[in-house]
Amino acid sequence: MATILIVDDSASMRQMVEFTLKEAGHQVMVAEDGVMALGLAKGAPSDLVITDINMPNMDGITLIRELRALPAYKFTPILTLTTESTTDKKMEGKGAGATGWIVKPFNPEKLLATVNKVLG
Amino acid sequence: MAIDIGQFVQTFFEESLEGLDIMEAGLLALPPGAAADLDQVNTIFRAVHSIKGGSGTFGFKEVTGFTHVMETLLDKMREGQMAVTSEAINTLLQSVDCLREMLMAVRNNTDFDAPRVEELRERLVQLLDQKKSVTGAGNRCTTAIQLPPVLADGWRISFRPHLDLMRSGNDPVRIFRELAALGDLTVRPDFSRLPRLAEMQPEDCYLTWELELRGSATCEAVAEVFAWVEDDSDLTIEPLEELTVPDPAEQEVVAENAQQGELLLDRRGNDRRRTDRRSAGAAADSGSIRVGIDKVDAVINLVGELVTTQSMLSALGVDFDMNRMDKLHEALDQLERNTRDLQEHVMRIRMLPISSVFSRFPRMVHDISEKLGKQVELRLSGEQTEIDKTVIEKIGDPLVHLVRNSLDHGIEPPAERGAKPAMGTITLNAYHKSGSIFIEVGDDGRGLDREALRRKGLDAGLLRPGEDYSDDQIYELIFHPGLSTAKEISDVSGRGVGMDVVRRNIQDVGGSIQIASQPGRGSKITICLPLTLAILDGQLVSVGHDCYIIPLLSIVESVQIRAETVNRVAGKGEVLRFRGQHLPVLRLYEQFGAEGAVTNLEKGLLVVVEADGRQVGLFVDDLQGQQQISIKSLEKNFRRVAGVAGATILGDGRVGLILDISGLIRVNNAVT
Amino acid sequence: MATKGTDLATLNTHLRREAAASATAEGLQYLTFILAGESYGIDILKVQEIRGWVPVTKVPNAPFFVRGVMNLRGAIVPVIDLRLRFGLESVEYTKTTVVIVVTVRSEHGDRIIGMVVDGVSDVLNINNPADIKDPPDFGTAVHTEFISGLVTIEDGMVMLLNVDRLLSIEEMFAMESVRPAEAMHT
Repeated sequence: MATILIVDDSASMRQMVEFTLKEAGHQVMVAEDGVMALGLAKGAPSDLVITDINMPNMDGITLIRELRALPAYKFTPILTLTTESTTDKKMEGKGAGATGWIVKPFNPEKLLATVNKVLG
Repeated sequence: MAIDIGQFVQTFFEESLEGLDIMEAGLLALPPGAAADLDQVNTIFRAVHSIKGGSGTFGFKEVTGFTHVMETLLDKMREGQMAVTSEAINTLLQSVDCLREMLMAVRNNTDFDAPRVEELRERLVQLLDQKKSVTGAGNRCTTAIQLPPVLADGWRISFRPHLDLMRSGNDPVRIFRELAALGDLTVRPDFSRLPRLAEMQPEDCYLTWELELRGSATCEAVAEVFAWVEDDSDLTIEPLEELTVPDPAEQEVVAENAQQGELLLDRRGNDRRRTDRRSAGAAADSGSIRVGIDKVDAVINLVGELVTTQSMLSALGVDFDMNRMDKLHEALDQLERNTRDLQEHVMRIRMLPISSVFSRFPRMVHDISEKLGKQVELRLSGEQTEIDKTVIEKIGDPLVHLVRNSLDHGIEPPAERGAKPAMGTITLNAYHKSGSIFIEVGDDGRGLDREALRRKGLDAGLLRPGEDYSDDQIYELIFHPGLSTAKEISDVSGRGVGMDVVRRNIQDVGGSIQIASQPGRGSKITICLPLTLAILDGQLVSVGHDCYIIPLLSIVESVQIRAETVNRVAGKGEVLRFRGQHLPVLRLYEQFGAEGAVTNLEKGLLVVVEADGRQVGLFVDDLQGQQQISIKSLEKNFRRVAGVAGATILGDGRVGLILDISGLIRVNNAVT
Repeated sequence: MATKGTDLATLNTHLRREAAASATAEGLQYLTFILAGESYGIDILKVQEIRGWVPVTKVPNAPFFVRGVMNLRGAIVPVIDLRLRFGLESVEYTKTTVVIVVTVRSEHGDRIIGMVVDGVSDVLNINNPADIKDPPDFGTAVHTEFISGLVTIEDGMVMLLNVDRLLSIEEMFAMESVRPAEAMHT
């Protein structure tokens, strides 16, 4: 099973994603913003990063850039959590080095399907 | 796997309501007209964005729709494409209210005011349109792939990734695996881009592919697979026109089943979400409290110490002999300390900063002062003062009433403020002092109209004509049911029901209220509340065979008296001349019908107590010990008893009754 | 079978077992007790436990039959002297005097109330509800409004009490002005 880093400033989102992934047997690291996530990432590698874009302290875009600069995260899949309305954000995320995105709203099934797709 | 997302709905509501508070505070702090402070707008944007995201996830479509418009508006402000006008701020503030109502309605599974939501949505859209006519910018919609609208037997896909495809964490093999799940996939790699080995960069993607997918997958489903890489590759998707026989030499991946693809396209689940919402609504009613982790850690630490003490005592208990008496005392002292600390820290868990009550006032003052055409500045201080959760819940409404009163009756319209600044000031201040919490509501308005109050008091028969009354006695009248000094009835403060209800609410939580006022300079109302409702320091007093508890906080002093200093005043009962004032004496044994009590004033003790700014001397037999007591309800299994605030379990296991000082003073006043 | 008040632990265990059985059994079960020589019964499902008498804390300005409040594992529970409530002559409490703790339904929710009786006697099984007769209009020491029925047993008669009515705090205070004289000479 994979180790997955979740980054979101919304507690309900974090809880849902964490719960869903743990239920599926994954190990989960949780961060409330980019700064915390980067700290966690520097301490441990992970197989997948799922990050919100709009967060206080350090936003998702900056986080992706910082992560890609870490050797351990050079090829790690990174998914952004975006809403349909923010097409630009998807592309901004991609530009920063994200692998893809999960469009909000999503349900646990969709989340798992996407995660499985990335992890193979 | 079915996962019940209903369990996270409660968190969603909590964080959304917090988000609304953040938005409200942020909007109120935005200076209209000025160039928007990007950080501030961004904070507001983020809050609405989170609510939108969550509401979508949990299936609250109406909320998602509404927040979407708010979000778009804020996004324009954030991007500097739209000016921060007071109209926009006000509309957004109303939208915050509206959203709050929607969320509450959704949480409680009730209906919200749909026409109002629609009206506000329209206004937000109008604001957006105004902006559009200025900049003329529309939404950009980019789709790299032109999708053929027809269904086909399958698709021919040309996938030529850019060299840096893998640097985004994408992997062609993963894409093929996904495609294989949609139908029969034939993968034909093209090696033509491969450089010589010496020139090869291991992190680059040199291969390109021609793919054929047979089956009933739609073009959209296929495009979806490539969605993440469409900008990192050249991609064409064309329908297969003729069946070609696959070359067995070609690399072939066969789908095991199509389940994954179906899952991705699953649009059902709406019904289940609706059920989730209902169950979550029911769960939302249970009282919960958010506690800082530091407080929990402190308790855990103390439990650790308690365990140590316990093992120390256990060890002492084995083969105990009198030589180790000192050790035993030491351990018992430690146990007492641990218990007290633990109690204190556990109570602290129930304490919340009063900011949760104060936070509603900036908005309220903003709205009401605008409505009344007054200029008012609200100054908050001591927001971090912590106070028991139960008290917090009860103090909100009285404070709202007091602030409204200040706005409505206290602060004058700018033209009437004379030498004072046109901008009036209302202050809300909270602080701890000697074991109590004080909350002050002050204004620099016109002050109470002493003469009007006096006349009303006379009319109502509460004052006697021709007698002199102190300011305090006159001001006290505002707490009397049915007396309101407002010259006109306004829809802000209403009339009649008011200060008496405020005082009762505050007394219900064991507090008291006082007023000070100066004509033309303003008024200040001070509320004094117990730190916590559940525990208090009590003084045990004996009255005959019975024992009562007086809250230590209300005791001024205890004195022995000489009979000649007490006079029986006609119609006023017994009065003691005490430190230059006349102190009513209340014989508790008479009040409570106690048997075997000391009746000679010189043989007993007078405990001077104070509540609501008034003092009375309670005559008791004697003082017993002091102890910390936890308050228990007498009403739960019995009923409210006049003069008794509650009960507690004493050290010997018996029940002790706690005196209701405020109530006793009131009763005494009514009698005299 | 008369049970001594001192053997309360056994009695309570017995009570719990009977109550558990009663909840499922088809018949009705009543805990019977003695008051001034008469037998009374209360629905066993209403009974929480039986305790020996210990001094209670007096509550000021309460009706005279409210002896006070006691500590029942941290809850404050009023104690009613049933003899006084019925307008009977009060007696000195003895070792067999017990407090039956019952749950009383009220419009303010369930209340827990203790009632002092001379002593408990037994658990009465009523297999056939038809054995319960309507209370007579007169001739009992107790106001008939508190009696829900009468059952004849080998050595006499048991009056079944409606405790919700009998121990209604609201009614107690409503009749506060009514002194016992009237009831006493009934």
